[in-house]
Amino acid sequence: MVLVENKEFSEKVKELSGEDVTLCFQCGMCSSSCPTAHLMDVTPRKMVRLIQLGKEEILNSKTMWLCLSCFTCVARCPKNIDLAKIGEALRQIRLRKGLDHVNISEIPKEELEKLPQIALISCFRKFTS
Amino acid sequence: MKIPYYPGCTLKSVAKNFETSALAVAKILGLELVELPRWNCCGTVFSLTTDDLMHQLAPIRNLIRVQEMNEKGIVENNYRLVTLCTMCFNTLKRSNLFVKKNPDKLETINSLMDREEDYKGNVEVYHFLEILREIGFDKIGEKVKNPLKNLKVAPYYGCLMLRPEEIGIDSPVKPTILENLIEVLGAEVVDFPFKTRCCGSYQTVNRKELVAELTFDILNQARMEGAECVILSCPLCDFNLDSRQAEVKRLHPNFKMMPVLYFTQLMAVAFGLDEKVYGFEFNYVNPRPLFMEKNLLKIGVETLKR
Repeated sequence: MVLVENKEFSEKVKELSGEDVTLCFQCGMCSSSCPTAHLMDVTPRKMVRLIQLGKEEILNSKTMWLCLSCFTCVARCPKNIDLAKIGEALRQIRLRKGLDHVNISEIPKEELEKLPQIALISCFRKFTS
Repeated sequence: MKIPYYPGCTLKSVAKNFETSALAVAKILGLELVELPRWNCCGTVFSLTTDDLMHQLAPIRNLIRVQEMNEKGIVENNYRLVTLCTMCFNTLKRSNLFVKKNPDKLETINSLMDREEDYKGNVEVYHFLEILREIGFDKIGEKVKNPLKNLKVAPYYGCLMLRPEEIGIDSPVKPTILENLIEVLGAEVVDFPFKTRCCGSYQTVNRKELVAELTFDILNQARMEGAECVILSCPLCDFNLDSRQAEVKRLHPNFKMMPVLYFTQLMAVAFGLDEKVYGFEFNYVNPRPLFMEKNLLKIGVETLKR
């Protein structure tokens, strides 16, 4: 029997993402498809596993902040699990507590002048509350 | 034919070259892209959480503008909204699909906008490339006055015009729409394995080295397959693949820069249009030397003066 450590956390992810992580059988297609998996401390496959087990510690990993929302894992998952939505749910759990990942005042001025609106708005939508 | 057209913010600033070339090309094809009155930013990314309706307002409000255009007779019974920017396309199309699938959520969204008429769910969102496919690539080929002979072009799709599959304009695995276009323009298609790989997207703001490494891989791969330039249709991909080459060069001094263009710029050259609509001055890596080398630019007095 597998014990779910924090059921409330798993349920919250399910509620925000609309995705059922229990469908995942840990094939690892998501991790092998991800363009930034090599930089993550927790791979996308493991991220799903930790949520299955109700391990809230996933919220301390870099994984959801390195997601590009490129939907490659979504296109390839054999169980049709939308990992992009799961990543967004994890980000939102943090952001809704006011814990921003990006601080505009820390971006150098010369970069701010160069960056197009499309980059700034999408970044703030993903990484700030 | 008049079609409602949504430009999005970036096409009015750093991606002006995308808009000027696209409008000129559309005209040649008998299309008039009519800009939505009072459009607003779409929000750039589609909200992925189930309970976040607030961020659906911006895209849906733009769809209401299409309804109004029809009611006011600005366009005649044309509920198709055309976009050029791939990110806008993705966001608008996904939001549209979301409210069509969830009438209860649409009702809530409508109730949140006091000063707007209700969105009735009758608009369809299209990418300009889909309109080109509908016209027919053979028909587009007939407009080519300056065939792009010996030019080796790699198509770059990125993510958001293909994924998720339910809104994609082509196969998420093996797309061919840009290849079909390149062929009729007389250029040589260069297939490469990273054509649907992400450029790093919004990470360009806070992790530009990450984006530079992805750009390095994508452009090197294209060059290895023989490409001389890359075409795309997203202003964020364009910023990352074109402007971020400065950062690539800093990290990899031996990196050879490559011109990156919007597909409509390539069409404008092939159609033999006036060089001022190409907007090459907005490209970071200047495409002019490559086109000169291939004898594809008309070297008029105006050009020499610049």
